[in-house]
Amino acid sequence: MSDPSLVRFTKTHEWVRPEEGGEAVIGISDHAQAQLGDVIFLELPSTGAHLTAGQRFGAVESVKAASDLYSPVSGEVLEVNQAAVSAPEVVNQDAQGAGWLLRVRLEGEIPAGLLDPQAYDAFAESDSH
Amino acid sequence: MSEREVPLGALHRRLGARMVPFAGYQMPLQYSSIRDEHQAVRERAGLFDVSHMGEVRVGGPGALAYLQRLVTNDVGKLEVGQALYTVMCREDGGIVDDLLVYRDPDDYMCVVNAARHDDDLEWMGRQLPLSGVELEDQSDQTCLLALQGPLSLQILAPLAEGADLASISYYHHRPGRVLGVPVRLSRTGYTGEDGFELYCDRHAAEGLFQGILDHGRSHGVLPAGLGARDTLRLEAGFRLYGQDITLEREPISAGLGWVVKLDKGEFVGREALVRAKAEPQLSFIGIRLLGRGIPRPHQAILVDGQPIGEVTSGSYGFSVGAGIAMGYVRLGSAPKGSEVEVALRTDPADRGRAQVVALPFYRRPT
Repeated sequence: MSDPSLVRFTKTHEWVRPEEGGEAVIGISDHAQAQLGDVIFLELPSTGAHLTAGQRFGAVESVKAASDLYSPVSGEVLEVNQAAVSAPEVVNQDAQGAGWLLRVRLEGEIPAGLLDPQAYDAFAESDSH
Repeated sequence: MSEREVPLGALHRRLGARMVPFAGYQMPLQYSSIRDEHQAVRERAGLFDVSHMGEVRVGGPGALAYLQRLVTNDVGKLEVGQALYTVMCREDGGIVDDLLVYRDPDDYMCVVNAARHDDDLEWMGRQLPLSGVELEDQSDQTCLLALQGPLSLQILAPLAEGADLASISYYHHRPGRVLGVPVRLSRTGYTGEDGFELYCDRHAAEGLFQGILDHGRSHGVLPAGLGARDTLRLEAGFRLYGQDITLEREPISAGLGWVVKLDKGEFVGREALVRAKAEPQLSFIGIRLLGRGIPRPHQAILVDGQPIGEVTSGSYGFSVGAGIAMGYVRLGSAPKGSEVEVALRTDPADRGRAQVVALPFYRRPT
């Protein structure tokens, strides 16, 4: 089982949650989905693709705007959340749960510079003003 | 500059609205989600507060002659109880605003865009004759609620005592009462669905909005915000002032030639519009994305890699199931059925294939 306190956030509003066996799950934050509004399209890499921490790996497009997605970690894509690709409203409904985007096999550690939930909340708060 | 609060601002916040600045007002963008509110209007009904719109009464013995000179459509054909969609233009044909004109027994009421209210009033004032016409700006004391969707009549009828709502035809109106509140009942809207727009005194608006919502809950009515209003009007092919029509565009190339009555007599901009009709330069088209992606205003429309025009309104059409857009292209460069490309994002290489389609994108089932 994963521990929610281990979730880490980027300043570009993605999250990563470490899982057992050197895996991790990636998504966008609840704050990000609220800012974007109705998500219409997800552009995500395929299984087997390689992600590099800090690099663009896809995009999320809402009624309001299109935004690039930046990977919080390096690793290989093991699974794409097809339920979210076919019905992206789940990202609005549960961005940090059922609306996850990718499951990856981590390469190395989760970068130390990412924000813990408390620090991210403070960052998101100041970011929206 | 800080935005003004609409009279129903507190109610919108209680209903969970996300408020955004729009045309100088704090307006509800969405309450639940744009998707849900859009679907509610298409399948059941949605209730909008569009009280930011401006209302200007035109009275006096010279009112008809004044309006005939002011706007492009033929107000002379308008009967008491009818409404007319029109634009008003400058001498050079540039569109000052698009508006509705209601004819009442003794005078007329013009409904103008909030973002254009101040400029419109100044323009309308400049066109006044020395005597015989009075303008009265009633925007501040008037609220406008719009119930839109196939169940609108069914929902509103039991609340409108004595008024036979079904007998009010499209683009007609009548004074009446809803939940005891005196209103103008107008069978008009900006969504492509059947529906009613209700003009009322600002002090009565909150009770009216809440009352219609309470009664409509069992019919699945949702409060709906500007977000859904935009996706709905785009699917219905309605132009939005500030994007699709501006001072730099004239109504003929905007595809609004049907509201320009060149043979009705003299009016402001007539000469320019005669020329525009004789020598058209642009056409206003609808495009529908063939793949994923959402077109946005100012993105280029291309054929064979060459720009032929620009998107003026673009979004996702929830009822169409694709990204859709309207915009101007060089005349003849994109006939209906042909394929174009849209530069979807800032990266010029990211282009979406799209088909040129007839407007509107969506027509309600009859």
